[in-house]
Amino acid sequence: MSEANAAAEAGRIATVGAPSKTAAPSASGSRPDPARLLRVALPLGLFALVVLGWERYVVAWEVPHYILPAPSRIMQTMIADWPVLWASLLQTLKTTFLGLALAVAGGVGLAVLLSLSRLVEYSLYPYAVVLQVTPVVAISPLLLIYMPQEAAVLTCAWIVAFFPILSNTTLGLQSVDRNLLELFDLYGATKPRWAPPWLGRFLSRVKALWYLRRPAALPYFLAGLKIAGGLALIGAVVAEIAAGSAGAGSGLAYRILESQFRLNIPRLFAALALLSLTGVVIFLALSAVSHLLLRRWHESAIAEER
Amino acid sequence: MSAIQARTSPPPSESPPAEGSSRGAGLVALRGIDKTFANGTLALSGLDLDIRENEFVSLLGPSGCGKSTALRILAGLIPASRGDVAWIGGGTAEDHRGEIGFVFQEPTLMPWATVADNVFLPLRLRGVSRRDAADAIASSLDLVGLSKFAHAYPRELSGGMKMRVSIARALSLRPRILLMDEPFAALDEITRFKLNDDLLRLQREFGCTVVFVTHSVYESVYLSTRIVVMAARPGRIVAEIPVAAPTPRSEAFRTTPLYAALCREASAALHGAMDGAMDGAMDGVMDGAMDRAVDRAADAGPVGAHADL
Repeated sequence: MSEANAAAEAGRIATVGAPSKTAAPSASGSRPDPARLLRVALPLGLFALVVLGWERYVVAWEVPHYILPAPSRIMQTMIADWPVLWASLLQTLKTTFLGLALAVAGGVGLAVLLSLSRLVEYSLYPYAVVLQVTPVVAISPLLLIYMPQEAAVLTCAWIVAFFPILSNTTLGLQSVDRNLLELFDLYGATKPRWAPPWLGRFLSRVKALWYLRRPAALPYFLAGLKIAGGLALIGAVVAEIAAGSAGAGSGLAYRILESQFRLNIPRLFAALALLSLTGVVIFLALSAVSHLLLRRWHESAIAEER
Repeated sequence: MSAIQARTSPPPSESPPAEGSSRGAGLVALRGIDKTFANGTLALSGLDLDIRENEFVSLLGPSGCGKSTALRILAGLIPASRGDVAWIGGGTAEDHRGEIGFVFQEPTLMPWATVADNVFLPLRLRGVSRRDAADAIASSLDLVGLSKFAHAYPRELSGGMKMRVSIARALSLRPRILLMDEPFAALDEITRFKLNDDLLRLQREFGCTVVFVTHSVYESVYLSTRIVVMAARPGRIVAEIPVAAPTPRSEAFRTTPLYAALCREASAALHGAMDGAMDGAMDGVMDGAMDRAVDRAADAGPVGAHADL
């Protein structure tokens, strides 16, 4: 039995001997993996099947295009109306990413403040929760009264994207190994001689924040960012719809409203398809960022490589 | 910063190996330590312990006897309720923090950092630059035999290797005293024996004092120059057993009559300590377990199995 154990140990050491080789991300991507291929092929096949059935149904039953346009007609509209749709898409993207960027800045900034001071945590966190649980659809009409339209739309996107980042980052900043924090007490509690004790304590907190809590919180932050990316788009669309009902706007959601009023259903579908696609692309992009940042050490990213 | 570098410079082989019988100069002492936790538990009561230079002291006791608490108080991680930690030559725990290395039961590594960065951590926190720390990191990794793995991540290492990194990190500040809190308890026996030998070699080459918390009789006898047996409820010292065996020890030591006798003595002390705590409720069970343990220590049987490593 001892021999078996020793052999196992030797095996482990041998595989560790070349960490750079085993950790190469392209290793699994370069050779075609049947399971992986199936995971891409199956949903695509289903999509093709549904689109084909839809097309056949519309043609066979002669459904008028203002009730249900055929996929081919939606595609034609997408191409024909591209200048309008593209401008609207850019507008919506601008709102989404600006909202997301502000949510990241605000969420991370506030989470850091909360982790540094209990007083700040107790005073502010309840309001962050209130902001989160109040439906943004209900807030947006109010915002439109007090703010210029663009600012109101942006604020909506910010409000919904802000909370997942705040709560996840806060959780991440708190989920540091207790023993590692003790190690910091042991090694990091050196303060400049001139500093008063409270400043020394503050400085060692900042050190622990930078060297321990920041990297420990990264996976949590990235998970929050993935949720927030999708929510920022939803927030932007909700606000645009609210603004659109007031007769103003230029984003994709406004195009949807406008198409509905004019019974331009093919364009409505085209705008909707673009919105979905945008959401998917945002999710995939943020997932890729997350994987890139965590692939060397975090379990979530490592499981994917196997 | 310069103090750290000054301490990194002397070659490790310079210091003489500590003989079991020799008495070093005093280093640090716990005097009349009481510790009551916030929930009212009396963890330690009237603890007195002197640690001398180049000693290897084991704190041996059942779980809940406050041995880890005593170690934490010694490190200045938690305050004592009464009594004090007296460093020979004066100064508070704060002043001596750079001289203390601490190893936890778990490796407690930063998963996002490479092995070298993990070992660099205490130096970095002391304000040493990466370039100035390079030698200290390399020599610490060399001491634990992990030089080749400087750029590996913790997840790529086995449990024993992670523990070695943890030890290398504790050594990176060139501590005068190494405090270890059941560092090998979670490892399999083979790895534990290997690390026991490595730890002895390390202490010999490096010449530092070690205070080692364990609940294993065999481990404490094999490693120590002195065993301090503790009892629970409240945590206190019930026996001190000097281990007068020659110090460059090897697996052969486990086959000697002295080893068996010491195991028996430590077990008996531990046994007495546990009898008091159990109030008879668990006596039957514990008696059986302890007797078997003592028999195993006295037998040459398991020792043969170790010798072929």
